[in-house]
Amino acid sequence: MSTPYAQQPPPSPVPTPPGHAPHPPYTAPPGGGYSSPIPVTRAHLGHALASEWTKIRSVRSTVWTLGIMFMLVVGIGLLTAVGLDSEGDGYIDMPLLAGGLFGLMLGQICVITLGVLVITSEYGTGMIRTTLTACPRRGRVLAAKALVFFLLAFVTTTLACTLTAMIQSSMLGGRTVSPEDPVGEAVRDSIRNGELIATSDEWLDATVGAGLYVALLGLLSLAVGAMLRHSAGAITTMMGAVLLPPILSAFMIGESLEGVRDALLDYSPLNGLATLYGVPMSDEVNASGWPLLGVLAVITAVAVGAAAALINTRDV
Amino acid sequence: MIEAYGLTKHYGAKTAVYNLSFQVRPGAVTGFLGPNGSGKSTTMRMILGLDTPSSGQVTIGGHTFRQLPNAPRQVGALLDAKAVHGGRNARNHLLSLAQLSGIPARRVDEVLGVVGLQDVGRKRSKGFSLGMGQRLGIAAALLGDPQVLLFDEPVNGLDPEGILWVRNLMKGLAAEGRTVFVSSHLMSEMAQTADHLIVIGRGQLMADTSVTEFITRNSVGFARVRTPEGDPAQREKLSAALTEAGGQVRTEDDGALRVSGVPLPRISDLAHGADVRLWELSPHQASLEEAYMRMTQGAEDYRSTVDQRSGLQEPVMAPPGYGAPGYGAPGHAPPGHGAWGYAPPGPYAAPPQAGWGPPPPAGPPAAPPVAPPAAAPVPPPADPHTEDAR
Repeated sequence: MSTPYAQQPPPSPVPTPPGHAPHPPYTAPPGGGYSSPIPVTRAHLGHALASEWTKIRSVRSTVWTLGIMFMLVVGIGLLTAVGLDSEGDGYIDMPLLAGGLFGLMLGQICVITLGVLVITSEYGTGMIRTTLTACPRRGRVLAAKALVFFLLAFVTTTLACTLTAMIQSSMLGGRTVSPEDPVGEAVRDSIRNGELIATSDEWLDATVGAGLYVALLGLLSLAVGAMLRHSAGAITTMMGAVLLPPILSAFMIGESLEGVRDALLDYSPLNGLATLYGVPMSDEVNASGWPLLGVLAVITAVAVGAAAALINTRDV
Repeated sequence: MIEAYGLTKHYGAKTAVYNLSFQVRPGAVTGFLGPNGSGKSTTMRMILGLDTPSSGQVTIGGHTFRQLPNAPRQVGALLDAKAVHGGRNARNHLLSLAQLSGIPARRVDEVLGVVGLQDVGRKRSKGFSLGMGQRLGIAAALLGDPQVLLFDEPVNGLDPEGILWVRNLMKGLAAEGRTVFVSSHLMSEMAQTADHLIVIGRGQLMADTSVTEFITRNSVGFARVRTPEGDPAQREKLSAALTEAGGQVRTEDDGALRVSGVPLPRISDLAHGADVRLWELSPHQASLEEAYMRMTQGAEDYRSTVDQRSGLQEPVMAPPGYGAPGYGAPGHAPPGHGAWGYAPPGPYAAPPQAGWGPPPPAGPPAAPPVAPPAAAPVPPPADPHTEDAR
């Protein structure tokens, strides 16, 4: 503890008697009696971000979940492209990049899991007490966790989606569509000079849009994890939120429940993702996915706010 | 300087800490003692702002913990050795904590060296023993080189060498002028480490005193005197004579007298004068552990009952020479009959335990020992004072 640090007076070689300042120009520290030779910096969000980055990169669950997500998205995207390619020309009902959706539907589960684990693993191991002792500004800790995880999830998911979109585009792009071919309503705008192409909007939706959507879903999971403080509970909750609405809607039979059924389908997280790929589950074929992404963003913001309020008031 | 005023914490209907006020001063090791579940850890958590007090407050240098601008640079804490993510290696664990308060990364390697974990810094902490976990926790506490240090049961799981190391470390930290607050449930440990003691039981303050004062006040000597069995008249006579001479006399459960305030030779003289024969006259010292247990006896939450093992007991074939009371050697005492207290003279020839050793955990087994028939002027091996501690 007596290692001299730059720009500091050297520590006195003899132990300072209790209650006496070691250096003459000395303002009494709050604890009284001892002052560290290590310069004290004012901690801010940047420090918390560095800390959370160290944490997230130094556990295996990050590598595993994101690695599996990458393999699922790209692998299933490739298989889909191979399958569609062997179909040959003919009836075309799907936008060029839509093949990436199926892998991402599975891949998003990995991101949800990681989002939950980022916070609940601290509660599960007791690490949260160490963390909050090292940084009693709990809001800062949560903000840093959220930001680091969100950026990491966004970058990796967008990368995986972009790679998948490039595979789809290179294997399936340029398929000639003769005017006699039956063409699905969804792709009517994506045919230029008799060739199936992806518009720049479609490119944006299938890469950045999908990445953003899944990263937001992960962030929502993190907020739910912070509120529930329990890995299994939070993961189950998120799985239910993602997978149940389409299943439930199948049980909404009859005219009186039609409104509920439509709402369940329209606002289900899977529909948001599917709409970004141009294959919505609801009837609105040409809908844009961005309004649903906005809805998800608002829900996520509310959840993160609630998590911040709870973490500030609850005992750890 | 840690200051608590009227600190109270309820968890639902249970009151963990009630109206606790104390000060922890810099430049000394302050021991925080109490039985399991007495509220030590709750108090520690409230000091660190992890739990919010139901009423009252606790400040460090005048600020509550959560108001401190760069807390780890002023307060370091070891709460729970297992409060780490097991999948992360020791170095990264400390690095993440260092980064949180802008501590240079090389400080991590420094503290790893200080606690002797430099060789396992790259190993995941999942595989650490409890002792290594404690060292890692201490490293985390030292990371910010803070003025105030809190350790919750730091010697748990450490080997004797580690315990000595922790003891010296804490004394060294206090000698540098820091405030060191250490909780423990072991009085003997604190007697060797701490300068000051804060004792709580059932969440309430029971003592706030210096260790020397605690020792002088509590480790009074006394004599154990036993008169011939089956002759209460002699005992009464001696008792009266001793009281007359200014001694305090108490009759213990096994019929012996516990005499304080009269030196041993004088007791012998008085007995001689009263024409009373003595079977035992032995000096004793009340241990700190005993004093501490007496203080907290009403405040224990978790008390064990005697494990009867009735019906499971089989005749014990003890090896020759092995004769702990209660396991009568074959041939001397019929198994299962008069086991406690009746034992052949053999084991009694063993060096007597002066009532100083650690008392058996909460309540000695079953009935009080009956005086051995073949009397020797030595106390029975069972600690004679544990009855008091019950």
